[in-house]
Amino acid sequence: MKQHYLFTLCLGIALALGSGLALAQEAGVVKTSKGNATLERAGEKLAVSVGSKVLVNDHVMTGPDGAVGIMLRDNTMLSAGPNSSLQMNKFAFDTTTNAGVIDASVKRGTVAVISGKIAKSTPENVSFSTPTMTLGVRGTEFIIEAGPGSN
Amino acid sequence: MDVIVVPLIALLGYLVFQGPPQDRVTLLPDNTGTVGAVFVKTAKGEQLLNTAYASADVSTRGLLSTRLQEETAVRDRYKATLAALPAKPTSFTVYFVSGSDTALTPDSLPVLDQLTLALASRPAPEIMVIGHTDRVGKLEDNDALSVRRANTVRDILAGVGMQGTTIEIAGRGEREPLVPTADEVAEEKNRRVEINLR
Repeated sequence: MKQHYLFTLCLGIALALGSGLALAQEAGVVKTSKGNATLERAGEKLAVSVGSKVLVNDHVMTGPDGAVGIMLRDNTMLSAGPNSSLQMNKFAFDTTTNAGVIDASVKRGTVAVISGKIAKSTPENVSFSTPTMTLGVRGTEFIIEAGPGSN
Repeated sequence: MDVIVVPLIALLGYLVFQGPPQDRVTLLPDNTGTVGAVFVKTAKGEQLLNTAYASADVSTRGLLSTRLQEETAVRDRYKATLAALPAKPTSFTVYFVSGSDTALTPDSLPVLDQLTLALASRPAPEIMVIGHTDRVGKLEDNDALSVRRANTVRDILAGVGMQGTTIEIAGRGEREPLVPTADEVAEEKNRRVEINLR
């Protein structure tokens, strides 16, 4: 009887963790795509199209004619312009409390951001960075430009 | 002669000292004109941006400086990036008959037609159905009730031909009242489900 209870408990925990991980993996969905754009995931290059899912740790890259628009699960909107490189380091969102975490880095190029629900509920957990800057966000819209020649 | 040379030397000195710009962040107003704030931190300093079209530059030497830019210059420089932003999400709200987690008020029904229409123009549409309650009852009970209300609306949407669309549900309980009230106050405007289309 006791063993049976333990088994059920373990199964419950495993299921809860499993579903949590599945949700934690998906950061957003591609809504606009133009020109040359790829997603790098675990060393693999994937073509980007409207409807592509963006997962945590994905690296979005655009060519000279490329641009990609992404809607994150908390309604944060991002777009990467031409010759850009954007990495989604962390993303988590609780749809009941609206608490969450966003950590993204712009390695080069330009990225526009319209902040969403996480920046309202837990702004201290929202961070964007470039090779030289870390940005804290207080509910807002902004553009990040990274790399030499941005004058 | 001095009139030209002095500023030139000053500019040159400034560039040598600062180094050319490396990274930049520029603050924009939202579509209602409201401006938020961005806190910029570098290895050598920090700066708060809270004015529309203000930007912070970090030079190759790591120095941080701020300046105000022209709106037209910003819009032009980042045209391709701004054009790629997704369309803003839109929200539709349906209300529940008092005490019910299954019956919508009659005037909520036309909202579903508006939603169907809006859905057609969205690329890769996703729907988030978010249930809410008023503040009568316990927080946990209201969390559960708000999820049941969201489920009801999800089933209605699936029944009117939106099966192809990603539909996610959430229950926010009494955390986000449309009309703020004291605890334990019945308020029909708060017994609602928001359908967020993005």
